[in-house]
Amino acid sequence: MILCKSQLTVAIIAVVLSCGHSEAQQPLVVQAKKVITAAGKTIENGTVVCVDGKIKAIGKTGEVAIPEKASIMQSEVAMPGMIDVRTCAGLSGILNVDHDSDHLESSSPLQPELRAIDAYNPREELVEYIRSFGVTTIHTGHAPGELISGQTLIAKTIGNSIEEALIVDGRAIAATLAEASSKSGKSSPGTRGKQMAMLRTLFIEAQELQAKMDAKANPKLTEKSDADSSKQSDKVSDKEKKPEPIARNLRLEAVMQVLAGKKAILITADRAQDIASAIRLAEEFKIKIWLDSAADAHLMIPQIKAAGISVLLHPSMARASGEKENQSFLTAAKLQAAQIPFAIQGGFEAYVPKVRVVLFEAAIAAAHGLSYEAAIESITISPARILGIQDRVGSLEVGKDADLALYDGDPLEYTTHCVGVIINGKVVSTTKR
Amino acid sequence: MNTRRKFLVTASAAMSGSAFGSSLFARQTLPNSNESKKVPTVSAWVNATLLPVDKPPISGGAIVVQDGKIQAVGASANVAIPANATIVDAKGKWIMPGLICTHSHIGGAGAADGSGPIQPGVRVMDSINVRDSGFRRALAGGLTTLNIMPGSGHLISGQTVYCKLRYYESSPRIVDEILIRDQNGAPVGGLKMANGTNSQGDSPFPGTRGKSAYLVREQYIKAREYQAKVVAANGDASKLPPRDLHLESLVEAMQGKRIVHHHTHRHDDIMTVIRLSQEFGFQTVLHHVSEGWKVAKEIADAKMPCSIIVLDSPGGKVEAKDMTFSNGRVLDEAGVKVAFHTDDWITDSRLFMRSAALAVRAGMNRDKAIAGLTLAGAEMLGLSDRIGSLSVGKDADFAILNGDPLSVYSHVLETWVEGKKAFDLSKPDDQLYAEGGVNAGSDIDPFLCCFAPAWQGGAK
Repeated sequence: MILCKSQLTVAIIAVVLSCGHSEAQQPLVVQAKKVITAAGKTIENGTVVCVDGKIKAIGKTGEVAIPEKASIMQSEVAMPGMIDVRTCAGLSGILNVDHDSDHLESSSPLQPELRAIDAYNPREELVEYIRSFGVTTIHTGHAPGELISGQTLIAKTIGNSIEEALIVDGRAIAATLAEASSKSGKSSPGTRGKQMAMLRTLFIEAQELQAKMDAKANPKLTEKSDADSSKQSDKVSDKEKKPEPIARNLRLEAVMQVLAGKKAILITADRAQDIASAIRLAEEFKIKIWLDSAADAHLMIPQIKAAGISVLLHPSMARASGEKENQSFLTAAKLQAAQIPFAIQGGFEAYVPKVRVVLFEAAIAAAHGLSYEAAIESITISPARILGIQDRVGSLEVGKDADLALYDGDPLEYTTHCVGVIINGKVVSTTKR
Repeated sequence: MNTRRKFLVTASAAMSGSAFGSSLFARQTLPNSNESKKVPTVSAWVNATLLPVDKPPISGGAIVVQDGKIQAVGASANVAIPANATIVDAKGKWIMPGLICTHSHIGGAGAADGSGPIQPGVRVMDSINVRDSGFRRALAGGLTTLNIMPGSGHLISGQTVYCKLRYYESSPRIVDEILIRDQNGAPVGGLKMANGTNSQGDSPFPGTRGKSAYLVREQYIKAREYQAKVVAANGDASKLPPRDLHLESLVEAMQGKRIVHHHTHRHDDIMTVIRLSQEFGFQTVLHHVSEGWKVAKEIADAKMPCSIIVLDSPGGKVEAKDMTFSNGRVLDEAGVKVAFHTDDWITDSRLFMRSAALAVRAGMNRDKAIAGLTLAGAEMLGLSDRIGSLSVGKDADFAILNGDPLSVYSHVLETWVEGKKAFDLSKPDDQLYAEGGVNAGSDIDPFLCCFAPAWQGGAK
């Protein structure tokens, strides 16, 4: 069953009218033969009521009150709008030329200060492309390929400006432990050992700056420690007692946020040895890391589990070559069996396809040992939890954002179509994909 | 089986220059020689859902295989199963022809080098790593035949070669064992050409589309003149022009002995291929054809088949930006013959069936999509008399699945090549290639009857 056209027209008109106005949106009701909630239960013949951008009610059709003047959309299946837990869409573009490639700045190996909001293009065709299959939220940002390439952000796949789309700015900084972030010749880093040395040095610098700033914020602590140094210091003028203003350091400030747990560090590491290095870094600095890509994760299950780390797993169909040569279709199932939190990403590649569609990647995992529910969760509620946005998105529950994807059959099946995408209670796509 | 023995003889001969090689290969040919004396085996699969491709699907079908050829196909009730046949109950299974990839790069093969944009005399056959694990992964996807191509970085990058995935029993050791040959024993293949941006570059490569076409025309005109001299010599060696491998290859293309497999994306580039093909009379298969849907009528009018790639997400190449899942449907509906290809490693051979499924998602006729994985590809390689459908007399190349090939949940259980099982998902070794994992990307270990690598104790 495809969308009822007349009802849809109503919905679209409503969207157009409400654009740029603060008045309340027309309520939108989605009715589907199967509503996959990603919140524990699938509802047969379900209804989802969306009011003012949020889910107002959800339940069995007939048991949920439908608001007056609501537009109604119907489909075979409705599920939460999908979340791509790691992409470069919007920084990296469909043309793959300088004009639309802002995902990797190669002038320096360590640039945690680069913000994704300053590079993200919400009108990028790739963003629209993945949205048309039902992806409504993306964690996007700087690409793998430099030791630290920059920051990431979380946004909805809508908006004329990033400000409109933004959910979280500067969610993580992106690091890469791989041959890809090594330089040739006399530039650094040239080896894996040097990569880690440079990362550790950066974190230590950030720790030291943090200590200095803490001392400045709390001078009494410093006085105490200096108390017995010399009584002559009493003569020191007030001017000298006030600490020198500490110069801003954008690079270290970003790292300090990681140390303070306000940002995560996403570490792209495919080979087992690089995964081990990432874990070592996390333990040394007591920081929150996400393992990104992690092709060898199936070899490191006990270590990842013990370290309590979440995995932003490479696309199932990532090419099994280079440092991903041990990549396996079974990895998602193995992570699930070990109860390691993970989500399947769309990822980034330098050549076609630039940005994969997580729906397709989860489907392959479901065909290779991952349970159906876990496959759906790996692109909805699991990434929401990992990213810390589960109160807003990732499942169909009352109070959450009204982000839905509608299909004319099993969403994971090759020949099923996405027939509608809703973000914040507004219909953003009805192209049959 | 005879063919296989011939290859092994070739293999031994090729290695006989080295004492090490000759003793090694002599020993290895033994099991095969023994096998050839066996009574011919007959196998039959019954109660299967058959997709013969040249005929409508058959539920409750039977297929009989003898000596590497298909001996009978039909509804189980109508097929006489020979008394000596090994019978397999294939209830719940689907059997379809082995998949044919008209455009693959497995084996890490290259042909032309950077010295110039037109090198039609260079053969990809001379650079294939037959131990590339990609061949085993392709079998896991149900593939049995590949057109192995050099790349698209040249206007003419060399000769392609058609291969059978004869990775049954022991794995092939040298490329000769996987080649498909004509009745004279010569390997068969096509000629790879390209236009658009890939084949442009710094001098001596062309910098524009106009220059690209000019350079190609110039060479084909030279080849025509060369051929005219050969004809004029009328067998008199003193009058023959000096042999020119490049021009010979182009002459073969113009004589229809070598199908041109032409990489092309943009609508205007497609029209250029049609124009050049018509000027010089070479038989062309359009490859990739990302914007084929924009000029479907023109392609149909030119009667030019299309081998298309289906990518599930765009980006990466300006000229391929407008590719769409609908390409197969639009071309097919315009009357163009459509096959799919993997362009492996651009897409993964294990997921080749997915290409057809995504075309069906965009409305392509289901049977045509299945044909696009099999018979249409065979036709584009000029091999449809031997492969591409479950038809009596054709090679017994087929895949056995546990469900509909166009479903994500279906898996290839077995792949048979010339009547021999070359992939079996129930075997851990084969599972590795189907699912991936440690060593799935490494070269296939050669089967050595009497040697082991040093770390395993050396010679035994």
